[in-house]
Amino acid sequence: MSLVLLIDFGSTYTKVTAVDKEAKALLGTAAAYTTVATDINEGLEKALADLRKILPAAVDLESAQRFACSSAAGGLRMVTSGLVPSLTAEAARLASLGAGAKVVKVFSYELTEDDLEEIESLKPDIFLLTGGTDGGNKACILHNAAILSQCQSEFPILLAGNRSCAKECEALLAGREVYRCENVMPKMNQLNIEPVQNKIREIFLHKIIQAKGLSKAKELISGILMPTPAALMAAMELLAKGTACQKGLGDLMAVDLGGATTDVYSMARGLPQGEDTVMKGLQEPYAKRTVEGDIGMRYSAGGILAAAGTDKLAALSGLTPCEVEELVEYVTSHTDVLPGSPGTDARLAALDFALAAAAVETAMTRHAGSLEQIYTPTGPSYIQTGKDLREVGQLVVTGGAIIHNHNTAAIVKQALYSQDCPFSLKPRKVNIFIDRRYILAAMGLLADKDPDCALAIMREELEFHGA
Amino acid sequence: MQGKTLILGVIGADVHAVGNKILYHAFRQAGFEVVNLGVMVSQEEFIEAAIETAAAAIVVASLYGHGELDCRGMREKCQEAGLADILLYVGGNIVVGKQPFEEVEIRFKDMGFDRVFPPGTLPDAVIDALREDLQP
Ligand code: B12
Repeated sequence: MSLVLLIDFGSTYTKVTAVDKEAKALLGTAAAYTTVATDINEGLEKALADLRKILPAAVDLESAQRFACSSAAGGLRMVTSGLVPSLTAEAARLASLGAGAKVVKVFSYELTEDDLEEIESLKPDIFLLTGGTDGGNKACILHNAAILSQCQSEFPILLAGNRSCAKECEALLAGREVYRCENVMPKMNQLNIEPVQNKIREIFLHKIIQAKGLSKAKELISGILMPTPAALMAAMELLAKGTACQKGLGDLMAVDLGGATTDVYSMARGLPQGEDTVMKGLQEPYAKRTVEGDIGMRYSAGGILAAAGTDKLAALSGLTPCEVEELVEYVTSHTDVLPGSPGTDARLAALDFALAAAAVETAMTRHAGSLEQIYTPTGPSYIQTGKDLREVGQLVVTGGAIIHNHNTAAIVKQALYSQDCPFSLKPRKVNIFIDRRYILAAMGLLADKDPDCALAIMREELEFHGA
Repeated sequence: MQGKTLILGVIGADVHAVGNKILYHAFRQAGFEVVNLGVMVSQEEFIEAAIETAAAAIVVASLYGHGELDCRGMREKCQEAGLADILLYVGGNIVVGKQPFEEVEIRFKDMGFDRVFPPGTLPDAVIDALREDLQP
């Protein structure tokens, strides 16, 4: 047996997954509360103790290789800045999200003194400074570097803008911790996110783990390799693309519905389908992640209500508008009442269904591209921005709120392409797979080391839930 | 002209793509950096591209006859975006049918275009004009 232990230090739970690489099999999973405030290892030890109970006595966890990812202690918090909102500012945001960061603020154009104050109070783990194509605008990024040089708080700054003035930016930021890499948008509308993402991961490994008091865990394990969302991203990419020996599922999407935020992933190129469709704007990456900070089942239930409206939640739940508002307030102030927990009363269960359906719909709509119809003298033409995901055929769902709900199919149905909003390019028809045992992050970690094993386990463990 | 960036595109709902490709290659040959936004380009797209790339000029093409409507307010938007002095050219078949070009030129110059080209203008004429206007 070749034993590997995969650890996810989550914001709430520390989850451990034991895998036998030789047999390409999952041996067991367990979880305990994350203990950042005291010693991160306490929670880990507790989870491991639980895991030992369910594993055969012969399995020796001590000898296992250990790999970890983490979203504990607030995750990887980033602030980004770019020039034009829809261009370099968006490129910087997409790159950071794809690297698994929590983007707490996106600035565009020139930073002001007020912005500087806000940055001081946000205290990001990394600041990503971009702006200008290569050979393009210099004024903005130089101005912003000068502003950042006055910042009191010490966070690393990652420089990924116009290469023509990278040296000048570095000079302006002398004395600070500055990393430099290729421009995130070297040419108009052309994303170049990999160098930025690799650098973010490097900074995360070397600096942030330590700064967050997570380094104690490092002694026990081969390293905290990446932020948890980056692990999920790696798992999804593997599941979609496959390996040399095993086929993948092809283009897919994934939704992670949480209490405070909702993450959406797509692994697809999403190019225009019709002859009469012209692509506009930033060309989005094959592996794309978005995070909706205002959409979540508990802390952000109010955000779902604001996005969907009372009437819609009432229609979805069968409750009256008054009941909806009352119950949304209740769950927002009782965040520990978990969706789908046993003994939940029928009204709350109905609300949770409506919240989940509206949340997934809103998050998927924001993630997917859209069409704009233009009437031309020769008939209608279309302008596409973002990705056309209508032909994506697989959807993976994860997150407590959705996997414990018995109506997953009905929740998903609400979120798919609909004739009512024909210009939102969401999947038409999908096979649903449920991450019942929360193995995705673990498989993303394993994907780095043994992709065939990770893929085999995902294909075995993800529960097919119909089309 | 080495290294000066031009933004090129066909404005509005216009899909005439052939002339656009010819102009792109001609401008590149002449030594310009060209950001070609293709067909169906909005005013905002031209302007955002010009900001991000620090372009020296925006060359707007319109072939299908609605140029006047599509170009209205473009100079004002440039001013708003901090590009008050950017060079704005327009050409192609910018109005419907055959109208006296002198009148058409005046109307587009009043809108803030620096140069207005009549139908059938060859790329070389545009390149000469750019060289003249972009002299340091
Ligand atoms: C092919 C064509 C089409 C094709 C386009 C296919 C495609 N995707 O490219 C299709 C069938 C789709 C089409 C549709 C229409 N077309 Co048409 N089309 C033509 C045609 C026959 C050739 C255009 C072409 O490719 N020429 C070859 C290229 C190399 O030349 P060019 O485009 O003129 O570009 C050169 C110069 O104009 C100049 N130039 C171009 N841009 C600029 C910009 C600047 C700044 C400068 C200085 C110079 C410049 O340099 C280029 C290279 O030398 C012309 C007639 C003609 N012979 O020109 C009509 C023509 C352009 N079309 C016309 C019309 C009216 C239409 C429609 C409205 C007709 C309709 N009701 O169906 C639609 C509009 C569709 C839309 N939304 O845009 C009219 C425009 C009349 C006007 N402006 O008053 C023309 C002139 C035909 C006519 N005489 O009536 N069309």
